[in-house]
Amino acid sequence: MTTTAFLNTPELLDQLQSGEVTSTDLVTTCLDRIAKVDDHIGAFLNVDRDAALQQAVNIDERRQAGETLGPLAGVPVAVKDNICANGTRTTCASRMLEEFVPPYDAHVIQLLRQADAVLIGRTNLDEFAMGSSCENSAFQSTRNPWDTERTPGGSSGGSAAAVAAGMTPLSIGSDTGGSIRQPAAFCGVVGMKPTYGRVSRYGLVAFASSLDQIGPFANDVTGAAFLLEALSGHDQRDSTSIDCPVPAYSQTLDQPLGGLRIGIAKEHFIEGLDAEVEQAVHAAVDVYRSLGAEVKQVTLPHSQYCVAVYYIVAPSEASSNLARYDGVHYGHRATDFENMVDMYSASRGEAFGDEVKRRIMLGTYALSAGYYDAYYLKALKVRRLIRQDFDRAFEDVDVIASPVTPTPAFKIGELIDDPLAMYLTDMYTISANLAGTPGISLPCGFSSDGLPIGLQLQAAPFEEERLLRAARMYEREAEWHTQRPSVPSHSTS
Amino acid sequence: MKVTTIVGLEVHVQLLTRTKIFCGCVNRFNPNAPNTQTCPVCLGLPGSLPVMNEEAFRLSLITAMSLNCELASFTKWDRKQYYYPDLPKAYQISQYDLPFSHDGWLDVSTDEGEPRRIRINRAHLEEDAGKNTHDESGRGGDSHVDLNRCGTPLLEIVSEPDIRSAAEAKAYLEDLHLLLTYLGVSDCNMQEGSLRCDANVNLHIEQDDGETIATPIVEVKNLNSFRGVEASIAYEAERQQNEFAETGLKIGDPGAPAKTTRGWNAERGVTIAQRIKEEASDYRYFPDPDLMPVTVSEEQLADVRSGLCEFPAVRRARIEEDYGLSKYDASVVINQGQDFADYFEAVAQVCGDGKQAANWVTQNVLRELNERRVALDEFPISAGILAALLQQIVGGQLTVKSGREVFDELLSGHDEGTPPSEDRITEIVEDKGLAMPSDTGELDALIDATIAAHEKAVDDIRNGKLQAAGPLIGKVMRQLKGSDPQAVRQRIIERIQQT
Repeated sequence: MTTTAFLNTPELLDQLQSGEVTSTDLVTTCLDRIAKVDDHIGAFLNVDRDAALQQAVNIDERRQAGETLGPLAGVPVAVKDNICANGTRTTCASRMLEEFVPPYDAHVIQLLRQADAVLIGRTNLDEFAMGSSCENSAFQSTRNPWDTERTPGGSSGGSAAAVAAGMTPLSIGSDTGGSIRQPAAFCGVVGMKPTYGRVSRYGLVAFASSLDQIGPFANDVTGAAFLLEALSGHDQRDSTSIDCPVPAYSQTLDQPLGGLRIGIAKEHFIEGLDAEVEQAVHAAVDVYRSLGAEVKQVTLPHSQYCVAVYYIVAPSEASSNLARYDGVHYGHRATDFENMVDMYSASRGEAFGDEVKRRIMLGTYALSAGYYDAYYLKALKVRRLIRQDFDRAFEDVDVIASPVTPTPAFKIGELIDDPLAMYLTDMYTISANLAGTPGISLPCGFSSDGLPIGLQLQAAPFEEERLLRAARMYEREAEWHTQRPSVPSHSTS
Repeated sequence: MKVTTIVGLEVHVQLLTRTKIFCGCVNRFNPNAPNTQTCPVCLGLPGSLPVMNEEAFRLSLITAMSLNCELASFTKWDRKQYYYPDLPKAYQISQYDLPFSHDGWLDVSTDEGEPRRIRINRAHLEEDAGKNTHDESGRGGDSHVDLNRCGTPLLEIVSEPDIRSAAEAKAYLEDLHLLLTYLGVSDCNMQEGSLRCDANVNLHIEQDDGETIATPIVEVKNLNSFRGVEASIAYEAERQQNEFAETGLKIGDPGAPAKTTRGWNAERGVTIAQRIKEEASDYRYFPDPDLMPVTVSEEQLADVRSGLCEFPAVRRARIEEDYGLSKYDASVVINQGQDFADYFEAVAQVCGDGKQAANWVTQNVLRELNERRVALDEFPISAGILAALLQQIVGGQLTVKSGREVFDELLSGHDEGTPPSEDRITEIVEDKGLAMPSDTGELDALIDATIAAHEKAVDDIRNGKLQAAGPLIGKVMRQLKGSDPQAVRQRIIERIQQT
């Protein structure tokens, strides 16, 4: 049973429905696997075994009683620890919120509860989702299940590693500049950032409000489709949530797309791109060609500004969003201070990590009087140009294929002292956040070191259905997703 | 040397919405149960998001239209960032460079007759902060933060520096108060802080050589009464003049701050300098990414416009004209609000005598409303019934005094379970015999007989001693059950003069 969590979602749902497996069995298997391997991986910050089992028992009882259950009934889902769940500690991997227990559910948590998913645990991240390696967590580093010397990526590294190591079949994360897609690529799983506005942000602890979006992780495209379907939809509590119907992604997924047009942008194959990654992506494009897709060149002329624009916009919004952590109402408060201002600075100084402080300072500077026009306003203008690049490209093609990351997973400690190099690892993923477009990362091969390589597909806004179908076309053909890491465990019983 | 006081007012008005501006919490003044009208959104908890209250925006549009403002077709919300314990997000959602309205005016009534036009620079919509209370005993007790007020919709109305005296500032505020309460956009309760005011004050001093010098601008804060506004500006004008005489400091001088802040101490009747921040505060405004900008269409504006009522100043002038009211009576009617003015007009139109209607409505009705502490819609005598009663007075079938008796009887009947109605009026008049005798023959016969029997009294009356009529009235009245003594008195005098 140890590999149950590696089963794909429809298989799990079938087994649960037929009674072949109970949710209690499944959740127990996952909890046991967490107990066995997570000491080596560090994907979870908090697992409430009893609470998870209780949810499973309830669902099993309701199933026995013949109740109609939600679409994910009994399936475990791990949640990134920056998404609020009522009564569950939500730390954002920060000392600041170490003891913070929200009194309300995020919209996606409500939806998962309605879908009868089992919330199995809270996963690690870079503090406040700021980082690309999980090394900025105040509590622990997460290790890549394929090579524990390497990072799982970030910021949703815990959610990616948990799925990759078979500790849960599904998980959710948030993606502000690649924080779902990059760790998905590093960990060899499927991760998707939906269109901005597709999934409600209500209850997602804000990093950069105009970029943040919640999305699914799964060990294959099908699982991602099932989970995205459960997470999507309009929410009146999020003004940026868009009221448009949610297609039944899981139902149309296996229909291949006839006449698919794949775009390749030369801006995505530039200096710094690892040769093995480049080769794997080209090979994937060849697979599409072999499936009858038309491959076309597109141009995204403002791509080169993505990282610069992102590192103005995201820190600016972050500096504002994180100002509320002042030690007055909740969160960490310093014990030793002279006056009110001192209390603010001591509390924040003590509880925020270096990367968070760096971004708060960047953003504060960019929004300051006299600099606003030169930085923030200009960045917004370039952001619009980047969006227009995509609008134009998607007139000619259905999806754009590219690498997710310039390299496979880097080593723990390798980039931590070089923030700029770390920032550049997001160069291929940031554009989707700036443009608000959906993007998916799926496995497309391995490096000679045995590290997973990810393929990124992007589509026009609200074209998730097409994106998932295109991804599934490739996945079914290439079957990289069936590869599993051999994760060390502390017991071989 | 000619000294002119220059004043601009910034007025904050809490809007009368059911819920707060960005969440579903009730919008109600409630200092006695702190932090009970809150939710994750107005507490600024991590992950919470604001959603604009449409009603708050609608009330804002109504206000701006009534202030003759230009309305922006595109408007957005910005974050004004600063740290303070009553501001849990550490930013206030406000409007910076694209307020929803700008460039309007308010015509302020003056004693001279012609109103003074005060220009409005802008009106924008924002959220109120919470309230901090500090231990003022000096023993260093804890400070407390109450976030009930957090997220109350707040309209900031900024005037141009067009106001020229303390009295004019008060008049502006009073007229603004009337407008906002009349429109029902705010209760403008200054004690509860739903209308708050800051005044920017300085002087233009014309020198003997004709040059005009401006003194540095002072922002006077914490003005929570009409009197306070007037008194603080008068005080500040005098203080600035004295200071200028002493220092000669003018605006823009090196060493003269462009603007200082002083607080009004109502008890001592003085303004007190507040701590000057060492650096100019930088609020780092930027567009709030959590809220969508609002595009206001012509149809929406037309919709709001069509729902607008006649503005109070216009209506005051009109009813003065239409019903021949005094300025004072017209003001009393309008100041009671829209419902009251509607009631008045309904009564006046049916009874056909505006003056009579105004007397009754502003005296009898208003007194009862106050005594009963009820709003007009709970008042038992509807406009239709009062009008029916007044019709009889105007038509001469009832005297004013009898009318009051009927009025009181209608109310006491109501209190005992008999609802007032036109039939009730007839009943009361009959029961009490209040009707003026329609057959003057009977009355005249009685009077003539009485006159004949009391020659002395008649002589006295002829000689101008009108109080001598008293006993005659009594005698007639005894025989003529339940007639109106005033009418009898009048008739006696007439008959005597005719004979």
